[in-house]
Formats: sequence, C-alpha cells, structure tokens
Amino acid sequence: MKPSGWLELLIAAALVVLAAFVPMFANGYWLSIAVTGMMYIALSTSWALFSGPTHYISLATGAFFGVGGYMVGTMMSDYQLSFWVPLIVAPLVAAALALLIGIATLRLSGVYFVIFTLGLAEMIRNLISWIQNNFLGSRGLYVLTDFRDHHLYWMLLGVAGVIYLLGWIVNRSRIGFALRIIGNDETVARHVGINTATAKVIMFTTTGFFAALVGAIIAPRWSYIEPNQVFSPQLSFLVVIMALLGGAGRLWGPLVGVIPFTIIWEWVGVQFPNQSTLFLGLAFLLIVYVLPNGVVGRIEQLRDRIGEGRS
Amino acid sequence: MIRRKMLGLAAAAVTASGLVFGAAAQAQDVIKLGAIAPKTGPLAGGAVVTQWPNVELWAKQVNARGGLDVGGKKMMIEVIEYDDKTNPGEHIKLAQRLAEQDKVDFVVAPYGTGFNIATAPIYGRYGYPMIAVSAITDKMDELTQRYPNLFFTLGTTTAFVEGVKEILVEQRDAGAIGNEVAMVNVADAFGIELADRARDIFGEAGFELVYDKSYPLGTPDLSPVMKGAKDSGAKAFVAWSYPPDSFGLAEQAIIEDLDVAVYYSAVATSFPAFGAAYGNKINNVLGAGGTNVDDPKVAEYRKAHEELTGKVADYWASANTYAALQILEQAIEGAGTLDRDTVTQYIKDNSFDTVMGSLSFENNVSHTFWSVGQWQDGVFRGVKGSNVDGAVPVRLKDGWAE
Repeated sequence: MKPSGWLELLIAAALVVLAAFVPMFANGYWLSIAVTGMMYIALSTSWALFSGPTHYISLATGAFFGVGGYMVGTMMSDYQLSFWVPLIVAPLVAAALALLIGIATLRLSGVYFVIFTLGLAEMIRNLISWIQNNFLGSRGLYVLTDFRDHHLYWMLLGVAGVIYLLGWIVNRSRIGFALRIIGNDETVARHVGINTATAKVIMFTTTGFFAALVGAIIAPRWSYIEPNQVFSPQLSFLVVIMALLGGAGRLWGPLVGVIPFTIIWEWVGVQFPNQSTLFLGLAFLLIVYVLPNGVVGRIEQLRDRIGEGRS
Repeated sequence: MIRRKMLGLAAAAVTASGLVFGAAAQAQDVIKLGAIAPKTGPLAGGAVVTQWPNVELWAKQVNARGGLDVGGKKMMIEVIEYDDKTNPGEHIKLAQRLAEQDKVDFVVAPYGTGFNIATAPIYGRYGYPMIAVSAITDKMDELTQRYPNLFFTLGTTTAFVEGVKEILVEQRDAGAIGNEVAMVNVADAFGIELADRARDIFGEAGFELVYDKSYPLGTPDLSPVMKGAKDSGAKAFVAWSYPPDSFGLAEQAIIEDLDVAVYYSAVATSFPAFGAAYGNKINNVLGAGGTNVDDPKVAEYRKAHEELTGKVADYWASANTYAALQILEQAIEGAGTLDRDTVTQYIKDNSFDTVMGSLSFENNVSHTFWSVGQWQDGVFRGVKGSNVDGAVPVRLKDGWAE
C-alpha cells in the first residue's frame, strides 16, 4: 500500500467532517442547494465506480433513483410502513434489478449499452404505472415525514462517504484492477483470464444499489411522488455530465465536477430559466471536446507536462 | 488632489445613503408576492392558461387602484416570479429562495397537487398562508392538520366523481342511458385515483363498467381506446383524462362517431382551446369544472382577464385562482398588517366576497366550487357544483356533427 492512498483517505475523511458542519452555517436556500449538490456527489461518485474504469456510459441512474423514490412513496403511502423500511428494501430491489439487467446487457458493447440504459428508466416508469394502475390502484403517493433539509443532507453525506470508501477499497482490490483492464481492452482482459462479465455485473449492481438509496433518501423532500417525476431522464444526463466534467478516471474526480456545476446550474436556472436545456447540451459538447478526461485529467496532464519540462 | 478625493468620498457616501434609505423606503411601500409555477415542462400548458394570467391580472388591478390598504397605508404589489420547469426539486429550491433571499411577504400557492404538497412544509415553516387552488386530493384533512397554513379551494377527488355519478343517475332515471358505462383513465396519479374512486361510487349506484381501460400519459394514439369504448355499446362514456389526452379522446370520438348520450372528459375540457379546436362538434360534452358566465361578477372578471392579459380565462380553475388572490387581498386589508400569522388567522375566521361568490373555510377547506360543466353552444357552463349558483340542466350528447 502506497502511503498516498492513506493520505487520500485521510483527506476525504477530513472533508466529510468539514461538510457535516455546512447546515450550521447555510441558510435554507443555500442548504437546499447543498442538498442537491450532495445528492449529485453521491450519484456521480457511485456512477464513476462502474463507468469510470470500464468506460461503459450508463444512463440508468434515473431508473434506479426512481425505484428508490417510488418505493418509499408506495410503501409509506399504500402500506403505512415507516420510512426506514423502504430505505433498506428499495436499494436491495434496485440491486436485484441491476443484477438482472447487468446479466442481460453487459455483454452488449459500447453504444448498444448506452441506448439500452437510456430506455431503461422509461421502461421501468411505464411498468410501474401499469402495475399501479392494474393491481394497486393508488391514490397518489404521499411521503409525509418530519425530516428537514439538514437531516437529508447528513444522510446523503453519509452515503457519499460510504461510496467513497467503497471506491477506495475497490481501487485497491482485484476487481478494481480487473475493471481497469476491461476499460483499456476487454479482449485482452478476457484473454488473461478475467471473468469480465462477473466483474462488470458486480459494479453495475453496486451503482444501482446506491442510486436507489439516494432516490429513497431524497423522496421525503418531495412529499408527493409521481412516477413521472422520479424517473427523470434529465437526472441521468446530469450525473454523467458532472462526473465527466470532474473526470471519471479518479475517485475524487466527480466531486470536482459536481460542486461548480451545481452552482453554475443554479445561476443559469435563475438567469435563463427558458434556456437551461440548451445550456445542458452545450456543457455536454464542451466537456466531450475540451475536457475528455475532465478537469482532473487536464490538471494531471498539465502536471505531467511541467514535470517533463523540468527533467 | 486631496480635495477631489474627498469630494468623491462624499459623493459616494451620499449615493450609499440614498441607496440605503431608498431601499428602506421602498421596502415599506411594496408588498412582495412570490409566485412559482411552470412556464416550461409538462404542466406548463395548464399553468399558462389558469395560473399565470390571474397573478398578472390581480397585481395589475390592485396596483391600478393604488395598492392595498394595510392599516391605513397604501402598498403596491411587486410580483417575483420563477419557473419551476415542472420539476419538484427545482420548485422546492426556488421556494426557499423566495423565503430566504427575496424575503417575500406572501406567496401564490403552486400549480399542481404534487407541488402544493411538496412546498407545504417549507411555506408552513415560514408561516406563509397558502391558498391552494390547483390541488385536488382526498387527504385534505390529514394535510391541513399537518400544515395549518394550507387551504384548499377546488374540491376533493370524491366530489368530482360524485358530480359525474349524479349526472349518470339522472340520465338513467330519464331513460337516456342504461346501466352500462364505458370508463377510461390516464395512468397517472390523478387519473388512477379518480378511476379508483369511480369504480366504487359508480358500482354502489348500480352501474356496470362494461369497458374499463387505462392508457399511459402522453400516449399519441388513443384510437384503440376509443374503438374499445365504442364496441362496448355503452351509452355513457367517462374519461379521467389530462390535458393532452382530453383533446386526443375528443378527436377520436369525432372520428369514430361515438354514439353516446353522456360524454365526459376530465381536465382541460374547460379550456377555451378545447372549444376553439372542435367548435360545435363538441357541443354538450361534459368536463371537470364549470362556471356561471351569467353572473355579473364572473362576466366582469372574464372581461378584465381578456383585456388585461390578452388571454381568455378558462371555464374552471381560472376563477378559483383569482378568488384565492382576492381572499389574500381581503385578508391582508382586513387584518391591516403584513404579519403572516395574523393574516392566516384572519383567513380562517372570516368569509370573503370573491368572484366565486361568498367563500369561507371550514377546517381550512372551502366547499364552494364547480365539479362538472358542459359545453353548451360555445360556452362551458357549470352543471354540478357545491355552494354555487347558476347550475344549468344537463343536455344529452347528440352526435358529433359540425
């Protein structure tokens, strides 16, 4: 183990502790932005666990996130269960779903996988509407709790911390090594005896689990859940954009992307309320063309160049 | 050199003090009203018809009168508006912004059931009275207990279904229809909830649902739905539908020449655009809502709406939305203060003279509303309602000819 690994973990832990104090200083408005930011930090970091090393761009975040939010709604509203039950059950259901989907689709390569995951959120939304309509007959899903923004913020911070720790462990494990080889050349990976399908499915399931957990935590904030709200394709795109902006190649890359993007996105929303989708498209183009490895990748590139200049 | 600098400093000080005192003076003369509703996204189509023009109209009228009289002081209205993009996360953030950054004095309740419920905890925390209009639910008791600042004005899910049931019973007694009813619904929270209630309520009244189908929100092709309803042979057709599909169903009914005596589609049937799109073909179509255009107050309101906003008011929640603003206006003037707790208490304790007639709250819920209306010769008139005057008799649907 390199000492830098421990140092990285120590810095991360210090940041988590610092971040825990944000609700003490931020007022309601800034805290609500912080909740949104923390939500995207958790989602992007977990997304990058799978998509970063493997280079499989997944647009399924919205689908799993929606499963989390929807299950909180239906279990609390239709079955009068406590919030904590769906909080545990929903991520497990999403993980099972991700497992099935992973087994079925992760043999697909590149663009086919992207298209499939894009359709997934839509498919699950329709499936849930159909089930609700034909078997449950719901009366609108209410999530009435006493949670306030700072509670949700702390829960999300905890989840983000766990995801980070998990990523740190994975990066130093056999599976992390396998994923990196898969990302570089899947054929080579298979030839050296890596069970590529298993490695991919395990990580894909993990991201599904965490996306649903985040979706479940954020549900009390909306108080009222409709399938059309929680299965948002825009969410999937935002997560990808933020992760790519920061750089999906490093565990802390998405973090670097999310914070400025959330603040800029907020500013755009207030200044140009009718052009925000246009901005999203432009941001996507810019990142892909100008920062293919994200801000972090660009910084490391510069550092290498300076290093070369010295020697 | 030094002198010039001092002059500059003095000038700056004067400007600064002007800014400070100017701002202070302004803050005392203006009532800031925050309004968040969709201008883009799926619900924008409804909000730009029902919500936004009424905010504009009311603010213009109040300011033209010289503002509101708050304890002997005239105060103008300043509206601060945001687009929530039909996104609840966005809406919540903006609601916080209204309260914390803009420090508005009062708010206009959001558009849509989900948005009202999502913001109730936030507005409740800051003590804003929230007179919800475009929010229909059967959970009003639980919600108003939880959020004592939240008021409902447009009726309950059950009341809407009851209105339709009454019409069906009347027409069955008159021999126009039998026991068979064809029912469809949009597979979205609102449509599912209404269909669910209707299955019970229609069933108790002895009706048989010979056709009971749902279709997904935003489905482009409703022709199979309408063909199925036609094949069922029922003389009554009920659709718990949303804006895009209310239009789509009417279109298919015209194509299929659906032979029914009672035709009902829920939301957006009351929109002027609905009448404009199909003209006489949709004569005698029933829908959610209704209004009494013969009431001089309503007529005056509709005229002002068209003149000041350039848009025709819808025949349902437009008037309720305006009435909610009138309640806020009268409560602020009546309480004579901008203190939100006092104003909220005033709303609970008093009755208000509005475009919907005299309106008061019983456990935060107003029972003055229209539930069913009907297109009769180019006007959508109320035929069923609660505590409203001017309901006209229901007419039978007789073909879809021009």
